[in-house]
Amino acid sequence: MNQAAKPNRMRNYFIGLWKKNAVPYLFLLPWFLGLFVLTLGPMISSLYLSFTDYDLLSPARWAGTANYEKMLNEDARYAQSLKVTLTYVFVSVPLKLAFALAVAMLLNKGLRALHIYRTLYYIPTLLGGSVAIAVMWRQMFGADGLLNGFLYSAFGIEAPDWVSNPKYALYSIIALTVWQFGSSMIIFLAGLKQIPPELYEAAEVDGAGKARRFLSITFPMLSPVMFFNLVIQLIGSFQAFTQAFIISRGTGGPIDSTLFYTLYLYQKGFSQFEMGYASAMAWVLLIIIGFFTAIVFGTSRYWVHYGDGGRS
Amino acid sequence: MNVYSRRTAWLVHAFILALGLLMLYPILWLISSSFKPDSLIFSDLRLWPAEVTLDNYVTGWSGLSKVTFGRYLLNSIVLCLLTVVGNVASCSMAAYAFGRLNFSLKKVWFALMMVTIMLPHHVTIIPQYILFHKLDWIDTLGPLTLPKLLATDAFFIFLMIQFIRGLPRELDESATIDGCGPIQIYWRMILPLALPALITTAIFTFIWTWDDFFSQLLYLNSPGKYTVPLGLRLFLDSSSQSNWGPMLAMSVVSLVPSLIIFFSLQKYFVEGISTTGIKG
Repeated sequence: MNQAAKPNRMRNYFIGLWKKNAVPYLFLLPWFLGLFVLTLGPMISSLYLSFTDYDLLSPARWAGTANYEKMLNEDARYAQSLKVTLTYVFVSVPLKLAFALAVAMLLNKGLRALHIYRTLYYIPTLLGGSVAIAVMWRQMFGADGLLNGFLYSAFGIEAPDWVSNPKYALYSIIALTVWQFGSSMIIFLAGLKQIPPELYEAAEVDGAGKARRFLSITFPMLSPVMFFNLVIQLIGSFQAFTQAFIISRGTGGPIDSTLFYTLYLYQKGFSQFEMGYASAMAWVLLIIIGFFTAIVFGTSRYWVHYGDGGRS
Repeated sequence: MNVYSRRTAWLVHAFILALGLLMLYPILWLISSSFKPDSLIFSDLRLWPAEVTLDNYVTGWSGLSKVTFGRYLLNSIVLCLLTVVGNVASCSMAAYAFGRLNFSLKKVWFALMMVTIMLPHHVTIIPQYILFHKLDWIDTLGPLTLPKLLATDAFFIFLMIQFIRGLPRELDESATIDGCGPIQIYWRMILPLALPALITTAIFTFIWTWDDFFSQLLYLNSPGKYTVPLGLRLFLDSSSQSNWGPMLAMSVVSLVPSLIIFFSLQKYFVEGISTTGIKG
């Protein structure tokens, strides 16, 4: 091998690399820009900001772990926002999935008008994220709203103003969330359709009752879909914002009873311009979501069954 | 799965319909109330109003602070169309690369993309705000559209990858033999064949942007640039009891685009949700 061949080989290697990668990376260019400029860059930046005091006008001042210490030890509103959000997540997610599964099972029996019902039940999910529906909800659960009007005319009950009562305000928002079970239901329906009917027939021949069939066939066969729905709803509900903002008019009231985590983060970051503190809150939120998602993933091998027969 | 007997089927139909109507009752009540005179909105619970009036729509449309509701609608439509174009273009390009092409570090980038799907946007929102503030882009459409043009909604990339992987590879091979390069394959074959996935992306981008309150609240400040969610919030903030009628009327108006899209493109919704599990 002579000396001249070596740079040539290098050159060929780079030409090969270029030929292989130029076009694919061109296609990925917009995504790369987004990834670095709008996702990874800002993530590192917000991690840095979380250790500073920053108000957008004057330069950031290093504050060490002060933001985190204040959050965990002193800030009662922070603790309240965490409590509100955890209550919201752990009440609304199971209820929503239970409703979605119950209705999906009811629909999955070869009813002729299935697609009409599916549409009917999807409409709340379609519209539910909007400000309009939050406005409507506020009215519905208000002092002289639809719900109380109904309770009064049907039962003569004089019910309280749900949205301005700290005991019930959060639950009116939970109701709004559970009401939107439509897309989880559609996912469950798609999963139920995949279960071979022979399994049920065989079980019935063996004398398995309804509860037995649900526990031994429906739930295991549906567990991958359940897993999927659970992860999606869990991650999404930690980030709920619009409905709480509109129903409490941006305050998180009455007396912070609907102060969702993201709402408090918004107040800190964009009303009081404590952007260092808000960044620290964002990172703790990421850790909390990561923690619960990891629990779901970690326990999944005990309760999620995949179709290949074994647990994987 | 066992099929209901005829009599039970009848009962189940009745039950499902009743439950469905109960769920839709608030929306139906919203629509009916928007046609009621103010004095009856709170006292009349019936769906069919005793007195029908268009006053609420007229008052609502004329808007607040010298900006008509038509302006909010127009602003929202412009914003949504821009985000749809941005998302469809940028996500389909990335999806084609991930779904069909081979390149160095593909697995690393793919994994990174999947992780960003689950990332709460709060960890990026503050530096993003600072960035757009420094660029002097606050109160423009830039901060709301640029992220879509740069495919930050990685969820849609994943949706399209799934779809593109389902297209037969032989098509690419025969196109290559016919002398098509990757760019032509993307443009002439993948895009047309992946149309259902593109439509699903387009409708969900449209509806989510239409309803997106947080980022519009963050980035739009002047009433002339307000979109529908911000316009409605303006109504809510300034509303005394006497202002509910126009607000409910404009709420109904704001739901119309989503409903039109849903009913005209229904099958894409169901397919989109059940194949990829779009959250809601």
